[in-house]
Amino acid sequence: MTFFRMPKDAKQPPAQRAQAKKANRAEMTRRDLLRSGAAVATATLAPGVTLMAFGGSPAEAAAADAGKRWGLLIDVSKCQDDCTACVSACSEENGWGQGEHPETDAQWIRKVTLKNKATGHTETMPMMCQHCEHPPCVDVCPTGASMKRADGIVLVDKHVCIGCRYCMMACPFKARSFIHEPVINQKSHNPRGQGTVESCTLCVHRVDAGGTPACVEACAAEGHGAIIFGDLKDPNSEISKRLAEYPSVALRPDLDLNPGVRYAQLG
Amino acid sequence: MARLAVLLAFILSLAGVAQAEERSSLLPAVPKATGEPHAEGNEYWRKNHMEMMRHDRDLTLRMGDREIEASLKGCFDCHAVKDDHGMPVTYTSEKHFCRVCHDYAAVKVDCFMCHRSTPDGVDEHAINGDSHAGLMTSPEGDAGAGAVAGYLERLARPARRTMMTSTTTSGADE
Repeated sequence: MTFFRMPKDAKQPPAQRAQAKKANRAEMTRRDLLRSGAAVATATLAPGVTLMAFGGSPAEAAAADAGKRWGLLIDVSKCQDDCTACVSACSEENGWGQGEHPETDAQWIRKVTLKNKATGHTETMPMMCQHCEHPPCVDVCPTGASMKRADGIVLVDKHVCIGCRYCMMACPFKARSFIHEPVINQKSHNPRGQGTVESCTLCVHRVDAGGTPACVEACAAEGHGAIIFGDLKDPNSEISKRLAEYPSVALRPDLDLNPGVRYAQLG
Repeated sequence: MARLAVLLAFILSLAGVAQAEERSSLLPAVPKATGEPHAEGNEYWRKNHMEMMRHDRDLTLRMGDREIEASLKGCFDCHAVKDDHGMPVTYTSEKHFCRVCHDYAAVKVDCFMCHRSTPDGVDEHAINGDSHAGLMTSPEGDAGAGAVAGYLERLARPARRTMMTSTTTSGADE
């Protein structure tokens, strides 16, 4: 991608302009072309006229990589009935669940108890946003606030969310919550406020920093290791190997949503 | 140099130092910031800060780009204002660096409906007790139901003057 730029101060030597370029966006005509941090090659064609070539689009420079698809594998047999470490870790990490109205407060992740009526056998497992490949919440969103990143993480852009809650109705997993009351003391990595919908972000702030979601860490710290996080598109990742080796299911497979969260040893 | 954003109109009105001094009592007392001044200069930031933050917020949220340069979180590093007790003030305080100019310009900022208005690590619940009342309204409950009932009752009254008053009051409350 190339374009011509006429600096405001054509008298400034090109060398100085190149130095100033990185730090000073005021003189950029289209700063969004420069902001990606991609390699920029410049050549001076004539005094005051600089040819700049940009390596890569912003999408390539961004952290959300379309070559990855983040997912979770939850081994239900390892999930302990009386343990809610994943839920409290999520609550603490993302700053939800400290409200005074538990009946309406947000719930990003919850422990679900399943009982086989024929045998009486019960088991528990965590449920959260399933980060579908074809998310119904994104389909129905009238403003584009409900969105899926290139790496498969489904998010709510609260800047454009109008709080209509259509996505909450569309989600077959009841994964989304509406914030009914004003909120303060939010985590800076997870702004949240009254009148918007939210759900599990797969700890996107941690993932972008190369980390793993808080629930996964908490489960491992408890010694259960029931949740594995990884790249479903990478055949060498632990999650992909486990999925290939052992049987697993997607919840509501009839809907053909291809969720990024998979369950093993279920039922 | 390291001052905060003020209205462009305000900038243009500053014809000279003498004039500024004469009018200083009418202008917002912009708090001094710490840290390095913006390379682009204050003029650029005053005019463009919301465009920059809006641009970069989309990059972060939708593209996952964390290497952005304009973020609310970043503003606090240099611009956060502390109260008499040495604690950063929240957006409910008129001293908050965003409010100093935005109040003056009568421009409403929605950012702090969702974003915290203090640096990370500060317990906003602990700051000055009730100073958060503006952001943390309690649920309406019975009081809300009573307000609605009162509103309907006033509407039902034939007196036109009363009706107009009640309508205006109700709108302001919400």
